[in-house]
Amino acid sequence: MTRRTRIALFLAGAAGFAVLLGFGVAGLSPFGHYPGPYGKVISRVEPSERHVTNVVAAVVFDYRGLDTMGEELILFCSVMGVALLLRETREHAAEHVRDPVESDALRAVGLAAVPAVVVLALYLIAHGYLTPGGGFQGGVVAASGLLLVWLAGEWRTLRSAGPQTLVDPAEAAGAAGFVAVGVGTLVAGGAFLENLLPLGTLGKLTSGGTIAIVNWLAGLEVAAAFVLLFIEFQTEVQVERQKDRAE
Amino acid sequence: MSYLPYALAVWLLLVGLLGIVISRNLIHLVICVTIVQSATYVLLLAIGYTSHGTAPIFADIPQTRKTVDPVVQALTLTDIVVSVTVAALLLALALKAHDRAGTLDPAELTEMRG
Repeated sequence: MTRRTRIALFLAGAAGFAVLLGFGVAGLSPFGHYPGPYGKVISRVEPSERHVTNVVAAVVFDYRGLDTMGEELILFCSVMGVALLLRETREHAAEHVRDPVESDALRAVGLAAVPAVVVLALYLIAHGYLTPGGGFQGGVVAASGLLLVWLAGEWRTLRSAGPQTLVDPAEAAGAAGFVAVGVGTLVAGGAFLENLLPLGTLGKLTSGGTIAIVNWLAGLEVAAAFVLLFIEFQTEVQVERQKDRAE
Repeated sequence: MSYLPYALAVWLLLVGLLGIVISRNLIHLVICVTIVQSATYVLLLAIGYTSHGTAPIFADIPQTRKTVDPVVQALTLTDIVVSVTVAALLLALALKAHDRAGTLDPAELTEMRG
């Protein structure tokens, strides 16, 4: 098929699709007039049912916990796929790479920012079910803390700060822990991922029962996943540069 | 005005699909896939929004306050993280395709080699 017929075919299909979409959108209730009962009901009953002030976190880690577990496993598989594709046989080449940072300003500000970013990440995860935040958001921030290590220092420092022997098990532990909590609730006689632990007082760090545990596991998983991605892609770049320099 | 956010979602979806169809570069293709995916975030959040509703987080507001739908927010939240990692997987595939074939143009990647 030539490019021109392909585009013509798409435009014809897209026009029909757009009409259907427009028809569907016209059937939605106008913006700002939320129709469904679910959001209203869950916002009302959640604080007394699960004792957690962040309703979004309660939905992610409890009411829709099984769905989140599925998403965690997609995340796990994608990251493993990246590792499988990129690791192959380049490990020896990666050991000799050097890329010292020339700028003192970058080094100073970068290093000063690392602890602040890591503390922010831990706060976001720890208070995830009380205030805005959670394992997913905090995990990404924690991983960017490690990226700052690379910006401020050297690529080799990043590799030693997040070695494969640490990142890979952390990634696996996050995913496996989520499933283990679910299996644990089954063993304890509940439904899969049912919240069987004491729920504590509304608005306290000890509230939420299994929500707190699953939230930390998600944080671990996401942080490890992003660190792994940074390192794999960065290694690829560095090895490539090293080859260019050698030529 | 009241349908504008939905129109934005539809536009993102269609423009992303157009990008996928006419793409001549695998990196560009991956970006288009993430744009299509971002249409779902806009649509979900727009459906869940209620006028004068606040965030469904009762840390410092009375529990009687009107809030937006937390369910669609939860869906969007997990979806964003997953879409980033899936994009990373696709980029890694593009990298390997470039290593093997020496090109990023999908039209030139006609031959599948085992």
